[in-house]
Amino acid sequence: MIQDKEAKYKKGGVVEYREMGYWQPDYEPKETDTIALFRITPQPGVEPEEAAAAVAGESSTATWTVVWTDRLTTLERYQAKAYRVEPVPGNPEQYFAWIAYDLALFEEGSIANMTSSIIGNVFGFKALKALRLEDLRVPVAYLKTFLGAPHGIPVERDLLNKYGRPILGATVKPKLGLSGRNYGRVVYEALVGGLDFTKDDENINSQPFMRWRDRFNYAQEAVMRAEQMTGERKGHYMNVTAADMEQVYERLEYAKEIGSVIVMVDLTMGYTALQSVSKWCHKNGMILHLHRASHATFTRQKSHGISFRVLAKWMRMLGVDHIHAGTAVGKLEGDPNLTRGYYDILRLQHVKPDPVKGIFFEQDWGYLPAVMPVASGGIHAGQMHQLLDLFGDDVVLQFGGGTIGHPMGIAAGATANRVALEAMVMARNEGRDYLNEGPQILREAAKNSPALAAALELWKDVTFDYTSTDTADVLPTPTL
Amino acid sequence: MRIHQGTFSFLPDLTDEQIEKQIDYILRNGWSVSIEYTDDPHPYNTYWLMWGLPMFDLKDAAAAMFEFKKCREAFPNHYIKINGFDSSPMWQAQRVSFIAHRPTQDDPGFRLKRTLWSDGRVQKYGLEPYATDKPAGERY
Repeated sequence: MIQDKEAKYKKGGVVEYREMGYWQPDYEPKETDTIALFRITPQPGVEPEEAAAAVAGESSTATWTVVWTDRLTTLERYQAKAYRVEPVPGNPEQYFAWIAYDLALFEEGSIANMTSSIIGNVFGFKALKALRLEDLRVPVAYLKTFLGAPHGIPVERDLLNKYGRPILGATVKPKLGLSGRNYGRVVYEALVGGLDFTKDDENINSQPFMRWRDRFNYAQEAVMRAEQMTGERKGHYMNVTAADMEQVYERLEYAKEIGSVIVMVDLTMGYTALQSVSKWCHKNGMILHLHRASHATFTRQKSHGISFRVLAKWMRMLGVDHIHAGTAVGKLEGDPNLTRGYYDILRLQHVKPDPVKGIFFEQDWGYLPAVMPVASGGIHAGQMHQLLDLFGDDVVLQFGGGTIGHPMGIAAGATANRVALEAMVMARNEGRDYLNEGPQILREAAKNSPALAAALELWKDVTFDYTSTDTADVLPTPTL
Repeated sequence: MRIHQGTFSFLPDLTDEQIEKQIDYILRNGWSVSIEYTDDPHPYNTYWLMWGLPMFDLKDAAAAMFEFKKCREAFPNHYIKINGFDSSPMWQAQRVSFIAHRPTQDDPGFRLKRTLWSDGRVQKYGLEPYATDKPAGERY
């Protein structure tokens, strides 16, 4: 094969990728390799092995033609290697391709660099109709170059002094238009009623109707008043997303100065900016919440883009304490099994392959701290048994409309959610079949809580039953 | 006011039977029960006083319940909480915490102190329980 390759270099011009070492069916991945699983849809006439080799080539060393300068390098090390291709069950056009990347390919501690390689050019490649990055096995050797979350779940719980139940939050609504002072009113009412956190929405940054400094001041006043009135620790995610890093740092420093425990950022900032904010939060002991604004533009379609499970891995490496990861039962896209898979990836230390949850690879996280997933969007108190069953204790349940839309007011909405949650946790701990008895447990709790009774009545029939666009393809035995 | 610390603080106070079931949940998970008490309910008061060590090798909820009742007899005028400690890797932290006894249904609450900063444009906040105006042991 090496002789073959020498001949290709002598000949020059365009050579099939699989002839250039990007297809190696005998390759045994190393412990230190990153392994990517792509879903490829080749153009008609392109064989799957060649398509896989092209993905390997274009996401590592190759260009469209032979270049003599390859021969100045240890090319075999830097070449990504496609080593396995399998048809996608039930979909004759698509194939799964396994591709291994050497440890030398990625800059230490840089999500920007890893993504520039693996998803940099290749998604626009003409020989493919579509391409999706389904899963990524990241070697511990590379993980150890990342700091991960500024705190992680157990430390965040220590900071908040809240144990053994999901954390409760709400996003302030309406998303746009409130003045700082009115905005703080919503924060105060929601927190004093029983929520732990309130949140800026992703598109609240610093618009003419409410500049960031006013919002931060009024929100912090509301947080402290709510702590005074309840004796419980509270917080408001202050969104520091801005046009440039100088302004981001200015907002971060101000949030710290006035005493906020938590800040938030939007995914739209980009990986480098997110990682800078994470570093700042490590340095300053600030909890970091990430809103995955824009992710569905590339995570939702099954044939093309990036699975959210890969994005979740990158965000755990890059270092956030919270990330929105879906509700399964709410208004936003998310197959229940796949959503559980994202939660596993964010929370477990050792993730096992599970085709039902869409997890292809075993992933040892190498002691990188766990990330708290956030379930937000169209959930309400009446779903508490389902939410607790799906997600367990280590999740932030965010009821925005489900708090602020309560007929008796925002504080009552918050109380309804808190009472429903605590009643369900108590029933679970007592060993009751809370998933099946859920509605009855809620009705019992509502006897002592008019707020919960009103919430159950108002939202009793609200469900969001639509078919998911992204679902699992159950594989026979996914191994490395 | 009601101090809303710990899980279940928005439900009616737990009966002894309910408390024992929660202790049993801690033990079923292989965690250790600990009992702590205080008469300073400041939300940032992390270190309540320990009623002995966490009960590491305990298997029987009734024995922990016995300890809780002894603590309640000794400190009826204190807040008492029950915690569950998990020593497993990546946790090594509390997994459960709830208030099991209150000295009063109507706590005097907290004073919120505001200090002006930056020529009056920024406020710094401080919280103080009114109860701690009195010496320890005489607060409730």
